[in-house]
Order: sequence, then C-alpha cells, then structure tokens
Amino acid sequence: MNLADHLIVAPVVIPALAAPIALLVMRRKRRLGVGISLASCSLMLMTALVLLGVADDGAIHIYALGNWPAPFGIVLVLDRLSGIMLVLAATLSLIAMVHSVITRADRDGWHFHPLFQFQLMGLNGAFLTGDLFNLFVFFEVLLIASYGLMLHGQGRARLKAGVQYVIVNIVGSSLFLVALGLLYALTGTLNMADMGQRVAAIGPDDQGLLRAAALLLVSVFVLKAAVAPLHLWLPRTYAVATPAVAALFALMTKVGVYSIIRVVPQVFGENAGAAAFVPAPYLLPAAIATAIIGFAGVFVARSLSEQAAYAVVGSTGTLLIAVASWQVETLGAALYYLVHSTLTGASLFLVADAVARRRSGSAENASPAPVFAQRQTLGLLFMAAAIAATGLPPLSGFIGKLLILKALFGTPHWGWLWVTILATTLIGVIGFARTGSAIFWKTTDDAGTAQPAASMRADLIAPVAALALLASLSAAAGPVTAYTHAAAVQLLDPAITARAVLVRP
Amino acid sequence: MITLEFLVASAVGVLVAAGIYLALRARTFQVVLGLTLLSYAVNLFLFASGRLTLGGAPIWQKGVTGYADPLPQALVLTAIVITFGMTAFVVALALRSFLETGTDQVDGDDEPCDDDAGGAP
Repeated sequence: MNLADHLIVAPVVIPALAAPIALLVMRRKRRLGVGISLASCSLMLMTALVLLGVADDGAIHIYALGNWPAPFGIVLVLDRLSGIMLVLAATLSLIAMVHSVITRADRDGWHFHPLFQFQLMGLNGAFLTGDLFNLFVFFEVLLIASYGLMLHGQGRARLKAGVQYVIVNIVGSSLFLVALGLLYALTGTLNMADMGQRVAAIGPDDQGLLRAAALLLVSVFVLKAAVAPLHLWLPRTYAVATPAVAALFALMTKVGVYSIIRVVPQVFGENAGAAAFVPAPYLLPAAIATAIIGFAGVFVARSLSEQAAYAVVGSTGTLLIAVASWQVETLGAALYYLVHSTLTGASLFLVADAVARRRSGSAENASPAPVFAQRQTLGLLFMAAAIAATGLPPLSGFIGKLLILKALFGTPHWGWLWVTILATTLIGVIGFARTGSAIFWKTTDDAGTAQPAASMRADLIAPVAALALLASLSAAAGPVTAYTHAAAVQLLDPAITARAVLVRP
Repeated sequence: MITLEFLVASAVGVLVAAGIYLALRARTFQVVLGLTLLSYAVNLFLFASGRLTLGGAPIWQKGVTGYADPLPQALVLTAIVITFGMTAFVVALALRSFLETGTDQVDGDDEPCDDDAGGAP
C-alpha cells in the first residue's frame, strides 16, 4: 500500500489535526489559528479534487482502517458519490470560512475555527464511511460541532432555537441507535455492503422487524434532511444562525439526503427480497409535501434569511422527489440538483448577510428602509441567487430541474410530480420577487444611514464566488451530468460495492 | 415465569415510555430527564441486540462453543460516551438559555404557562 492509497483517509485526518492545533494556537496567536483553519480547508479542497479524479475510474476504492478486513473492521469507501460530496463539502467550507473571516463573524465567539474543522471532519467522515455505526459516530461529531457553531455569537434568538435544535437531534440520535440495534440483531453485521447481502437471507418471520428497522433508519435521515413533517426545526435554526455557519449548514441537511441515497440502495436495494426499497412509498409523498411547504415558506417569509432557510427545505423536497423513484436517470439528475441546491442555499444566506450588513436598522427584513449602499450590486446578486433557487435559466437550477422533469417522465404518477415541481417553482418566483422588490425597490424617504461603499466591498467575495460556481456548474453541465449519471449507475448496483468491499486483494 | 428477555424488554419499554412522556413536556429540565431516560433505554436495547446470553465466554477459549457477542458491548460503550457528552451539553445549554432568556420553556415563551408542579399548559 503506497502513500496515494492513504489519501482516502486524508479528508478525515486533515480537519482532525487542524482543529486541536487551531484550538491551541488561537489563544496566543489569532492570525496563525485562522491561517491553519484556512490552510486546512484549502488542503481539503485539493485532496477532494484528487479523490474525485481517482474515483472517476469507476472502481470502488477501499481503505481498511487499521488494515482490518471488511466485515470485521471499519472501511472507508470512495466511490463517485463520495467524491462529489467531498468536493462539495470542501468548496462550500472554503467559501463559508472566507466569508466568516472577512466579515469577522469568527470573532463573535471563542472556538469558531476548531468547531468549524470538527464539523468538516464529521461531514467528510460521513461521506466516506462504509460502516453504519461509524456513520452514526460521524453524525454525532458533526452534530456536536454544529451545536457549537449554531450557538456561535450567542443571543436570545440563537439560544432559544438552539435548545430546540439540540433536543430534536438528540432524539434523532436515539432513534438512529435503535435502528442500528435492530439491524445488527437481524443481520449480525454493521458493514453496509455486508448487511445488504445478508438482508436478503432474513426469514419471513423477521420481515416485519426488518421493515421497522429500515423505516426507523430512514426516518432519522429524513429528520436530518428536514423533510416534512420533520422539517420544523430547520427554518428556526438556520434563520438565526450566523450567516457563514448557515451557509455551511446548507450542506448539513444534504447529509441526510446523502445517507438515504447511500443506505437505501446498498442495504435495502433490489436484492433485499421483501424489504426492497421499503421506504420508497413513504418518501415520495413526504418529498412532495416538503417541496410545497418549503416554497410556500419562501412565499410568506418575512426576512431574507428565513426565506433562504425555507428555500433549503423546498430544494430538499424537489431533490427527494427525484431520489424517491430510485432509477438511474432520476438519481443522476438528483445528484446534479443536490450539488446545485447546496451551493444555492449557501449563496442565499451569504447574500442575505451582505444585505443585512448594509441595512443597519431594519436588517434583512422584507420591509422598506432607507437607501443603502451598493443597492444595485446587491440587487443583482440577490436576483442571481433567486434565479438559481427557483430554477430559472441561465443558472444551473434550470438544468437541474429540467433533468429531473425529463427523468421523471413516464415514471408512475409523473404528472403529479411535474405539477408539484412546476407549481412550487412559480410560488418560489413570486416569493423571491416579493421580498426582492420590497428590499431593493421600496425605500423610505429619510436617506439617513447610507454607509461608505468602498470599505465594504470585501464581504461580497463569498456570495460572488458561490454564484460564480453556480454559473460554472451550468456551463460545465455536460461533464458534471456525465459524472453524476455514472455515480447513479454505481449506486444502484450494490453488488459492485459489495464485491470491492468484502474481498480484499 | 419471568424470563430474562421479559425483564429486559419491559425495562426498555418502561424507560422509553417515561422518556417520551418527559421529552414532550414544556420545560427544559423535564425534557433533559426524558432524553436521559430515552438514552438509557437505547443503551439497554443495544446491549440486548447481541442476544441475551448467560455466562458466555468473552474471548476465545479452548472447547467453548457459546460466546457472548462483544460487538454490542463496544457499541453501548460508544453510545454511552456520546449520550453522556450530549446530555452534559444540553444541561449547560438549557441553563444558559434560562439565564439569558429568563424562561425555561422549551418553546421560549416568556410567560410561564403552568403552575409550580410543572404541569401542562
């Protein structure tokens, strides 16, 4: 095993090392700590890009931790989906980190950078692991870090939302453990690939238990993904979190979606006998409800960050509508939309922050206020983000939704799915137009607090970068969709993964 | 006759019932207690997922065929550590939230909506 093979574990190791080092040096040398944090994010992005290239050869790459062979030890699995998610996490974290440093939001509390790195460690680990219990552990790592980040900056609203967020997630973790216990009792293994093979052999007496375990597990993922009716925690939490943190959290809901995409075909896939795709019939109505609730929230939201939070909910719904069909075409389209919607959610939060920083009095509430600095630039940025969020051309949301609509054509109930997606798009457009016109066009007369423009250009870097990435995502739609399609093929054939994971050379 | 399975199963059931009841209460202290009971139940349940055996050998011994499953014990250990940390965090958070907002209602309402016994709204 040469050094290149060890690269797979690097996305977990880099933040795991950076976090304590940053913690230690932050007390004396702030700048050095920030530098370490930024360097860690950049290094992760480079590693992730290399791994994305490595995964493109179509093979499933395995890293056995401690060199224990697969069903006994924990393995990290790198396939195309992991590659995509790692690059997405690294990119988004770099943007969020740069924004927090530029806006000095990282100085509002003590341990922003170490927590940020631990959050990334949890995210990367969850994207790489091939073991269900290890997935739980990485979930907990990213959750405990997210509690700290969510409360970063303190204040009444954050504490109030934070208590609810933490309680909801602790209950979710308990359910996760119950599901794991059931699955272990039934199959005697925790390795996902191994479990997928053993599920088929479970006798008819235990099928009910197996279905219960599958549904419990998926309901935990659905809770993390904020799918209706378990979405209520998200708008409250994300709308009050520090904007740079909320931008990173846009990825955290996608961890739930990722886990569904990873676990359901692998463990409860087509070979699972009676339990094949058990959650599918429940997932589709929930996804439709989520899309409707999310975009209805966009329609009625009173502030930009609340609107962004509901847009995240709505995009998860649209995403799961595509996922829940469990076909190569729909899943490929869904993965493209996943990348797009994560970046869109982040850019919405960042633009909302930029607006709030300029409208000192009324912040980002959708109500008329005095003229503020750089209104045109911000208006354009908001329009671009709104276009991306609703899925209008020319940004990648249009391509994503088009791909999903095309892939859904001909599947059962596709008419209803089309109606849902198109109607929610319309509702979203109206909602964004409403807040946009209230903030950027309507002004009160007292032209009082317009701030000097030159000093505040820098905080536009992060939102512009996120929107530029969306533009390049739509420009590079050909190669990206080819990659996501190949990833979907890989995902829906669990036998490939099982062969790679369970037989070591 | 009361079997070991019946005892463990009913213990898990009672703990879950009490945990869910308390977790649905309106004030943070009761909710924290509920979460703790829930995590106890989960730990017991995880422990039982390797099947309940009496006097099984923990590691390999010559001539022994029945073993206790070591994996659930490792899982429970991990779960205990994690839930303990989480509980400590939520206690600190609830306290902080109470001091900052002046209310220990989970939904953050200012006026307390119950009597001293901590009853329902």
